[in-house]
Amino acid sequence: MSDPAPSERLAVRKTYKLYVGGAFPRSESGRTYEVTGHDGAFLANAALASRKDARDAVVAARKAFPGWSSATAYNRGQVLYRVAEVLEGRRDQFAADVAAAEGVGPADAAGIVDAAIDRWVWYAGWSDKVHQVRGSSNPVAGPYFDFSVPEPTGVVAVVAPASPLLGLVSVLAPVIVTGNTCVVVADRRAPLPAVTLAEVLATSDVPGGVVNLLTGDATEVAPWLASHMDVNALDLAGVVDADLAADLERSAAENLKRVVRPPDAGHDWAADPGLGRMTAFLETKTVWHPVGV
Amino acid sequence: MPTFEYAPAPESSAIVDIQPSYGLFIDGEMVDPIDGSRFKTVNPATEEVLSEVAAAGPRDVDRAVTAARAAYQSTWSQLPGRERGKYLFRLARLVQERARELAVLESIDNGKPIRESRDVDLPLVAAHFFYYAGWADKLGYAGVGPDPRPLGVAAQVIPWNFPLLMLAWKIAPALAAGNTVVLKPAETTPLTALAFADICRQADLPPGVANILTGAGETGQALVEHPGVDKVAFTGSTEVGRAIARSVAGSRKKVTLELGGKAANVVFDDAPIDQAVEGIVNGIFFNQGHVCCAGSRLLVQESIADELLDRLKRRLATLRLGDPLDKNTDIGAINSSAQLDRIRELSHAGELEGAERWSPPCDLPDRGWWFPPTVFTGVTQAHRIAREEIFGPVLSVLTFRTPAEALEKANNTPYGLSAGVWTDKGSRILWMAQRLRAGVVWANTFNRFDPTSPFGGYKESGYGREGGRHGLEAYLDV
Repeated sequence: MSDPAPSERLAVRKTYKLYVGGAFPRSESGRTYEVTGHDGAFLANAALASRKDARDAVVAARKAFPGWSSATAYNRGQVLYRVAEVLEGRRDQFAADVAAAEGVGPADAAGIVDAAIDRWVWYAGWSDKVHQVRGSSNPVAGPYFDFSVPEPTGVVAVVAPASPLLGLVSVLAPVIVTGNTCVVVADRRAPLPAVTLAEVLATSDVPGGVVNLLTGDATEVAPWLASHMDVNALDLAGVVDADLAADLERSAAENLKRVVRPPDAGHDWAADPGLGRMTAFLETKTVWHPVGV
Repeated sequence: MPTFEYAPAPESSAIVDIQPSYGLFIDGEMVDPIDGSRFKTVNPATEEVLSEVAAAGPRDVDRAVTAARAAYQSTWSQLPGRERGKYLFRLARLVQERARELAVLESIDNGKPIRESRDVDLPLVAAHFFYYAGWADKLGYAGVGPDPRPLGVAAQVIPWNFPLLMLAWKIAPALAAGNTVVLKPAETTPLTALAFADICRQADLPPGVANILTGAGETGQALVEHPGVDKVAFTGSTEVGRAIARSVAGSRKKVTLELGGKAANVVFDDAPIDQAVEGIVNGIFFNQGHVCCAGSRLLVQESIADELLDRLKRRLATLRLGDPLDKNTDIGAINSSAQLDRIRELSHAGELEGAERWSPPCDLPDRGWWFPPTVFTGVTQAHRIAREEIFGPVLSVLTFRTPAEALEKANNTPYGLSAGVWTDKGSRILWMAQRLRAGVVWANTFNRFDPTSPFGGYKESGYGREGGRHGLEAYLDV
């Protein structure tokens, strides 16, 4: 942060805020915290989300759920593919964000961004296929037509992992592609790629409230989400402290939230993700009807 | 119209041989408990003591889990799926061969009518073992992942409402997937599970693959909390389900919970009304209403409410309550005095809160635990009898005017296990089925079950599915 030379243009810095209900508010608490790059240099003051912000985010996610979950799978797939298109257009910005956050060189940063975009495209394509893979027609022993379909669980709270872009995308896309809405707590240390991603979501036809993004301290905010009675599921991907993870899982039991426990240490976010992160937030509904004349 | 009296038509209980006392089934043998106590199991229709069974203590639980682990490592996980499947086919056949004995035993220990244990429970028990037997050597084709593997030792705790059927729902998929199990039947209905232990003997099932521990809540708690357990499967109340979800927090145990319900049974004005009446009766009075997916909230469109209720009451007056072993009995005994107290307490609350209570003329036997079929009208969504699971033959009737109102009322519950829809209009069935937040939707039918058909809840009715390949996945590491 040295003074610029007289002829050098002073950069216009961005204010990094929360993303709730399609808008970018500051934390209602008025709090921020300093985000530094991997080298310790000042990058920005990010919003330090509060309990109230978390609750507002849940309200926004719940409000968005009926519309998003009843959108056609084709429509959701198109919207998510659109996100990938806008991500692609911002590759350089994300690469710079990732390089600053993770301390990797430009080539590695670009590789991470490309993997994140490809991961997003992979999930986007699942929107109108997961029903066929997860659903079934059931040959019951009687004169009934009987079938099972997957449906989104509802509002999912996600504690994002420390991999600030690829990890984030890998936990966010599987939640929303099937019609869930969510509240994501970004990695505390490196939240800026998440806020930039929120800007992409806000400008690529994702309805407001489908994704709500909080920056700040998961140890402060996640307990409120874990115990919130209008949250249906909890993804602990970014919780490293085993005791905290167990506490959150215990809180989640109050309304029988579906819980995805933290992955093993050293989890490789670049590996083939499988279906697990989608199926964890799907319910199966079985419908019976008699057959007759 | 003349009425005809029914002559008693009791099924003979001579087919069952209940021993005066039972041990625990661990590692292929009936053994006495090390640190457990003993308790009595009672015929709820007569209050007669049937037998004395063991309440497994912590060391018994440890012994059973150790046996299951050893069997998993040395035998069951080494066995080709084809061979596991053949054991399961054997179990299915043995259940069929002994079906009448098991049905009578179930009715004696549980209080359910023989017509139901004979025609519903037992056929489904055999069907479950048959269905999952065939999966044992086809796991890679189940579509759950490229290399599905068993989890290890499954701790399974089941309720008293469908004792042997719940055992089948738990044990059949677990063994097919290659796990070994320790199962605890409900405190008040241990006898058919102990009979199943004898079926395991007849099948030459390798020792330790299936272990049966009788006992009460503490035994179940010790079992699900045992560190040697890889999988927990529970069917029962939401309250206990919550406690289990808390107790496994921070562990790597995979959990499925099938919990309570408060299902809406929605009847539209164009419904086939006679069929709807039968469906309502089946929905709430099947198995004395001791059904987690019972249609305990009847939502009827206002314009047909009077007519429907008249017909329903006429139909209820024909239900026969009494001896569970009588082949003409429709409504058997309430399973325990504790459950009867709960049904009475909630029904009393219904009256206090202003709902109107009605039961058909119905003589209750002098001994045993009984509750007449009961209908509450004028129920609002705020009433406890519209919100809380009664788990008895008590129907709460609410009305609605529009499909949107029906849907909102139906979904206005923390539960989400099942729902019913009655209408002649196909598009309306599908519209409702899409929007009901429940794991099973019965349209123009109710309380249908099949091993191929996934069953389980949304929201606080639990998570995971039983039945179909979804039920298989609950026992696999994918």
